[in-house]
Amino acid sequence: MADSPQKLRTIDIVERNLKKRYHAERRFRLFGLLAVVTGLMFVSALFFDIINKGHGAFLQTFIQLDVELTAADIDPQGSRDPEVLRKADYMGLVKQSMREMYPEVTGRSGRRDLYAIPSSGANLYLRDLVLSNPELVGTRQQIWVPADDDIDVFNKGGSTDIETETGRGIASPSGASGEISVMTTTNSFTPILAEVKENLAAQAAELQRDMKRLESSLVSLDASIVEMDQQIEQAQNTNPGHLQDLQNAREDQVNQRELNRAEIERLSARAEDKLKRADTPGGEEKLSSDLPSYLLKINGGLVKVDRVSNVGIFGRVLLPLDSANEAGDGNWQLLTLETPEDDRRMKDQMIAWGLKLQDQGRMEKRFNTTFFTAGDSREPELAGIGGAFIGSMLTLAVTLLLSFPIGVAAAVYLEEFAPKNRWTDIIEVNINNLAAVPSIVFGLLGLAVFINFFGMPRSAPLVGGVVLTLMTLPTIIIASRAALKSVPPSIREAALGVGASPLQTVTHHVLPLAMPGMLTGTIIGMAQALGETAPLLMIGMVAFVVDLPGGVFDPSTVLPVQIYLWADSPERAFVEKTSAAIMVLLAFLITMNALAVYLRKKFERRW
Amino acid sequence: MALAYQLGLKRSVASAGGHASIRHLHSLPSYYGAYAALWCGLPALLVLGFWTAFEGNIVTSVLIGYLPEAVQQTDPQRLNLILNDIKNLAGGNIVSANVDPAMQQAAASYQDLLSISAAAKTVVVLALGILGTLWAWKRISPKFRARNAVEKTVNIFLIVCSSIAILTTLGIVLSVLFESIRFFGKVPFMDFVFGLEWSPQTSIRADQVGSTGAFGAIPLFAGTLLIALIAMIVAVPIGLMSAIFMAEYAGPKFRAVAKPVLEVLAGVPTVVYGFFAALTVAPLFRDLGDAMGLAVSSESALAAGAVMGIMIIPFISSLSDDVINAVPQSMRDGSYALGATKSETVRRVIIPAALPGIVGGILLAVSRAIGETMIVVMAAGLSANLTANPLEAVTTVTVQIVTLLVGDQEFDSAKTLAAFALGLMLFVVTLVLNIIALRVVRKYREQYE
Amino acid sequence: MEQTMNMSKTTAEPAFDVNSSALADRRVDGTVGKIRVDNPRMSTTDVDVYYGDKHAIQNVSLDIGQNEVVAMIGPSGCGKSTFLRCLNRMNDTVAGCKVTGTLLLDKEDIYDPKIDVVPLRVRVGMVFQKPNPFPKSIYENVAYGPRIHGLITSNADLDEIVETSLKKAGLWEEVKDRMDQPGTGLSGGQQQRLCIARTIAVSPEVILMDEPCSALDPIATAKIEELIDELREQFTIAIVTHSMQQAARVSQRTAYFHLGKLVEVGETNQIFTAPKHKLTEDYITGRFG
Repeated sequence: MADSPQKLRTIDIVERNLKKRYHAERRFRLFGLLAVVTGLMFVSALFFDIINKGHGAFLQTFIQLDVELTAADIDPQGSRDPEVLRKADYMGLVKQSMREMYPEVTGRSGRRDLYAIPSSGANLYLRDLVLSNPELVGTRQQIWVPADDDIDVFNKGGSTDIETETGRGIASPSGASGEISVMTTTNSFTPILAEVKENLAAQAAELQRDMKRLESSLVSLDASIVEMDQQIEQAQNTNPGHLQDLQNAREDQVNQRELNRAEIERLSARAEDKLKRADTPGGEEKLSSDLPSYLLKINGGLVKVDRVSNVGIFGRVLLPLDSANEAGDGNWQLLTLETPEDDRRMKDQMIAWGLKLQDQGRMEKRFNTTFFTAGDSREPELAGIGGAFIGSMLTLAVTLLLSFPIGVAAAVYLEEFAPKNRWTDIIEVNINNLAAVPSIVFGLLGLAVFINFFGMPRSAPLVGGVVLTLMTLPTIIIASRAALKSVPPSIREAALGVGASPLQTVTHHVLPLAMPGMLTGTIIGMAQALGETAPLLMIGMVAFVVDLPGGVFDPSTVLPVQIYLWADSPERAFVEKTSAAIMVLLAFLITMNALAVYLRKKFERRW
Repeated sequence: MALAYQLGLKRSVASAGGHASIRHLHSLPSYYGAYAALWCGLPALLVLGFWTAFEGNIVTSVLIGYLPEAVQQTDPQRLNLILNDIKNLAGGNIVSANVDPAMQQAAASYQDLLSISAAAKTVVVLALGILGTLWAWKRISPKFRARNAVEKTVNIFLIVCSSIAILTTLGIVLSVLFESIRFFGKVPFMDFVFGLEWSPQTSIRADQVGSTGAFGAIPLFAGTLLIALIAMIVAVPIGLMSAIFMAEYAGPKFRAVAKPVLEVLAGVPTVVYGFFAALTVAPLFRDLGDAMGLAVSSESALAAGAVMGIMIIPFISSLSDDVINAVPQSMRDGSYALGATKSETVRRVIIPAALPGIVGGILLAVSRAIGETMIVVMAAGLSANLTANPLEAVTTVTVQIVTLLVGDQEFDSAKTLAAFALGLMLFVVTLVLNIIALRVVRKYREQYE
Repeated sequence: MEQTMNMSKTTAEPAFDVNSSALADRRVDGTVGKIRVDNPRMSTTDVDVYYGDKHAIQNVSLDIGQNEVVAMIGPSGCGKSTFLRCLNRMNDTVAGCKVTGTLLLDKEDIYDPKIDVVPLRVRVGMVFQKPNPFPKSIYENVAYGPRIHGLITSNADLDEIVETSLKKAGLWEEVKDRMDQPGTGLSGGQQQRLCIARTIAVSPEVILMDEPCSALDPIATAKIEELIDELREQFTIAIVTHSMQQAARVSQRTAYFHLGKLVEVGETNQIFTAPKHKLTEDYITGRFG
């Protein structure tokens, strides 16, 4: 065979390249797998993040107060008239009870902090209790009320990690309240001192870095001044008009250089001082609020460490000690609040009170019913998704009532009756395009047409429902048409063959067969509408609505918008609420989509 | 209406001479019933609808006529406020301004007007219903083609329903265009499209509305494109590669699990992505940047774009999946028969063959990224920066629309109207992208059908 | 082509002697005729193919000789295409397909786990029922194989390969002025010849053709048949066809398949003039098909 050697060569070349090609093959496959895995990771990251942030919101911290329901305060006349009972100052009673619990707290700002422990809605709990049991007036009751959101976050471990270490040696406090010192017989505080010194060294290093930066800028300043000198020299000959500007600029640079030099000097001195303190062992150092806080738990009280040496501390009493007696080896503890006080909303004093409540068993987590029943509130512990949920349901009801019949009717017309002409072509192209129009544009339409032109009420589920109807119609029409298309023509021919009118054919035979597909499309459309936010912002459904809406004309908000509003709130506790609201929303969406998938699977038919 | 139905039904049966001789009727009795019900309900409902729609405006204009001359002469905004107060007063709500007797009187007459209107409405609607039923009653006879009449009505209803899509588009175009034209009356079109500075807030000053605010939309367009670009950089490779992997490599079991899980991403509401971007991804990027010595804004375009990319992954992957599966098996066979490996077949045959479809899908995705609102509202910035640095904060068209329109607005300030002009831009750009993309995809499908 | 009887060097069962008796042409499982040839390029023994539960090919043994055209005929669904696709392992791409038995290419078992499908398919090329040019230019269609296999070192080499392949496929004169136009723009017959050119561009040893003319008009068919006859000089060809006339025109040997079994093999003349098996006769004479 004439070209046999050439053939051999071909196969040899192929074999030779094979390894490289299989390498490329594996690489490509790996990229594909990597892409899928990345996608899956995004899903899990999203869900993990939301659940991690939100699961706490299903529990709420309650605190137990001993409240004296004094008749004189609540119902001086003794009439037990609900109107009188309703108007009594229950907040005063709550405050009174707080004062009794922490008698050591005096002074306005201290008291104000103290009153912030129970929720500002605690009075409502008291009121409802008294209204339902008027005979309680005049008695002393142990009542559980919701805690403030900061306390709630603290109780769920959200404000700081707390480490407890049992103290060694004998600790002797100098007093039971005020500013005291505590000395020990061992070097118990060496670690704290070491940490402070480490921090000093770090600060010094930071200062030195700043110095370096300034020094390098000095170099460039020098260079630019030299350059300017040259320019000035040139300008003197060629461009005298420009001279003044240049000289001014040079002046600025020189000033800047002086400023920088002074700053370097200052930084250098500070850095040196800090370094020296860091390097010398022992001595006494002051703690700053950008370091973890250290609390000494001794004799039933808490002392916050302000200054520390190897063997003793000096600090402020946060919770009064029972006595100034010595505490033996193992009878006192050192608490470390890992998060520096600067980085948290709960200050050390509040945490001390919170710890006391925890120790006394006066703080517990309960299932958060408020979250599901209440409307919005400025106070995270009183806010709930109840209002938004009802709003969502009302809006969705309007959307469903409008979009399902209209969508199905439009699909039936286009698929079964419409003549093939320009007009139906236009409608078809139009529907496909509408499906891809950004949702916010529908919001603009709603704002301009329904609210501005027709004067419909703002923030109403009715308008929201109408706007969402327009938005979901293309989805429903497209899905319904696909469902109608999948019904084989033989069915229509059979019905028409026995003398049914076209409309009878469709309503009696085609529609029932296409219904599962249409329902699937509708559910998907509803899920889309349930998650939609942007167009509702446009028509004013972002209002702060405390009351639960009672009808489609009442101002209300919807779940996604509530999420948007809460996500914007600065309070940390709202992050938890937002995530929990997202969890509820996602649960609904996943259920709806699963239902759609189930319907499709169940009624899937091959003709 | 139910009553009318029964009447029509009975009448038809009676006119045919009892149940025994129903077959003399042209149509089934129920069609006669439906015919009567339609005549009872339709005219009445139509009138009711129109009445309700225009009641508010008519009553208000009559009310204005009742107000003192001086009040009538004030500018429209104040008049609106006063009207609101009157309505609130009539509704028994708290009002902002002091209540003077004139207003009390106006409120009383407003209430009168409303009750008159309501009573008249009831009477007219009921009368129409009865008249319609009587008319139908008279017409029912065995020869009467009730079914055809009913079916014709249904047909008209169907046509109306299918035209709603057109009406919606028309509504969008008209409302956005109308307000935009008013806007371009205040701010020249060229300044808007080519201006480099955007600061609508400065224009609120009452004395010089529209003359000071800067309405140059270039920074917004740039910001929108930057974020969309980042989103595409994230979404296109991941979406495309996972579609390829699912279609060509993955086993049926893996596909059965991974595909629906990935599609969950498509079902997650955008507000959730916004939350994720603003509270998790943006701080993460900022901290990472700090660790690397980079100054990353906490509202960086990168965070918003990356999360938007995650949102778009399933969009790209399902569209690519469709077009890759539409490539006929014979293409793959031809390539394999030549000894090509899978990846060579994918890269050199399938992707080139599917390219138009993939490009169409990417265009649709770009249009989606441009129109996406919640992620950027929550995670991108508000100030209009003209920068290409993804670590800085930029703002987008949709963010500006939301900030300009949420809250109280006056409908004739340039600031509010600017939102509509931006909406017009958004609508036009996404529409063009969609039309091109849909056409490309359709052409592609026809090629292999 | 030598059709003299000979010892089959590759037969799995030594007890089985095709020359031994009057029944020499009849195998135990029913194949009539001479399944073996002198110098087989490919040789298959007891091939069974399953699609899931379906037993698509039962116990087929057949040789494909050097530089001969073997035609496979039979009614639809008889397994001839399936058998053809086994010869370069194209069935690998079908999920749930299982192949057992021995299939040798130059005495190498092509289903051996050590054998790589890539070089196998380079040696055994395939042309399909429906012309399937890639959505690329004519030039790129032919260049595809040499490119992916790295057979060329310069553009001039590639130009040469493309030109000779197209010339061999008899398409060169028709397309030489529009090499950069898409291959899908050619007529059906031209597309099929393009696919043949694409196949021979990687210099295969065996070419499998799966009803290559079924989608073509008579004139295009005639051209392809002419081409097959020319290609025989360089390649070994196995062709599945629906048309008995075509088999008679282009092949030296013909194999008749029926319901997954190979019923009869023989010289084409003999099969069409004096079939030995009743089923073959019925098919040839048009009693069914």
